Amino acid sequence: MSTSWPLWEVFVRGKRGLNHVHVGSLHAPDAEMALRNARDVYTRRNEGVSIWVVPATEITASSPDEKDPFFAPAGDKVYRHPTFYAIPEDVPHL
Amino acid sequence: MADDLELRFERTVQSESRIEPRDWMPDGYRKTLIRQIAQHAHSEIIGMQPEGNWISRAPSLRRKAILLAKVQDEAGHGLYLYSATETLGADREDLTTKLIEGRQKYSSIFNYPTLTFADVGVIGWLVDGAAICNQVPLCRTSYGPYARAMIRICKEESFHQRQGYELLMTMMRGTQQQKDMVQDSVNRWWWPALMMFGPPDAESTNTEQSMAWRIKRDTNDELRQKFVNMSMPQAEALGVTFPDPDIKWNEECGEYDFGQPDWDEFWQVVKGGGVCNEQRIAHRRKAHEDGAWVREAAAAHAAKHERKEGAA
Repeated sequence: MSTSWPLWEVFVRGKRGLNHVHVGSLHAPDAEMALRNARDVYTRRNEGVSIWVVPATEITASSPDEKDPFFAPAGDKVYRHPTFYAIPEDVPHL
Repeated sequence: MADDLELRFERTVQSESRIEPRDWMPDGYRKTLIRQIAQHAHSEIIGMQPEGNWISRAPSLRRKAILLAKVQDEAGHGLYLYSATETLGADREDLTTKLIEGRQKYSSIFNYPTLTFADVGVIGWLVDGAAICNQVPLCRTSYGPYARAMIRICKEESFHQRQGYELLMTMMRGTQQQKDMVQDSVNRWWWPALMMFGPPDAESTNTEQSMAWRIKRDTNDELRQKFVNMSMPQAEALGVTFPDPDIKWNEECGEYDFGQPDWDEFWQVVKGGGVCNEQRIAHRRKAHEDGAWVREAAAAHAAKHERKEGAA
């Protein structure tokens, strides 16, 4: 029997009000053990109030090879930014 | 096309941006990183042994709790780093196998024995101090996952160094015998600590390419000098001396002159001739083999539950 445990990606919420952030990965036989190992490896100094673990194989990522075309739709739409619009300086609260 | 990719890689590195796992990178860059990060990870894991030696004999519950936490941190650091190697396509089991078969190295410092409890303090102060000197610049290394692991590690190393120095300060307030024990320990660890920065620049074969790729940020000799400059005032405050007759302040340069370690000894230990090389690897191998049933049982348990859930 193969003894190699699957890889899990670990996400930690640092404190209430913040998003979960990816912190690294670890090996564990199942989700419950992955959570326990994540607690011991990534939160030994109160770095988190909540942990997510996700099987690494379950993550779908955009390909770095096509990163320019993939994000191109946002590239030429400067009008989505507030600084695109010229407003006289003496107009308040805008 | 390949030139295009290479150009983009070079530009990213030159602009101090980070290379991330799925980016194209030269084979040499990937291989160098896997070798360096794995060696670093192995050092953390093997590094648990010299200090672990004193956990059961720590002189107080306070010192035992501190030492346990420190050794647990070393395990954690090893895991952050193994995790970084896996983003490069390395396999965890393969790395463990290479370590216990002696095909990958770890820092030679851990092949020296810990003879007294003062060694726990001196390792924290000088060995972890040297490690911090080496590691702080690596927080800016060009490979993202490695840099991020180093940031976490550096934060935690600060505790390691301070607990060691505090332990030594306590002993230096004690009996003459305790003070002598500290000085003896400093005498034994000073030169091996200087060796931790690697051979002199003129003999360091990997430095140039690694600096160009911004994997490495400072040369071995630069870091060694920095470490000596930092350590001298700390030694004076503690009331110990370093076993180097050539060490003295150089007014002109604004830093300390110092002697060279015995590089023959360095190469001898690297090649396996240190006091503890065999013992360290044998211990790691035994821990790995003795743990096999746990890994198998946990995997079997997980498989059984998956079947049950699948059936329900």
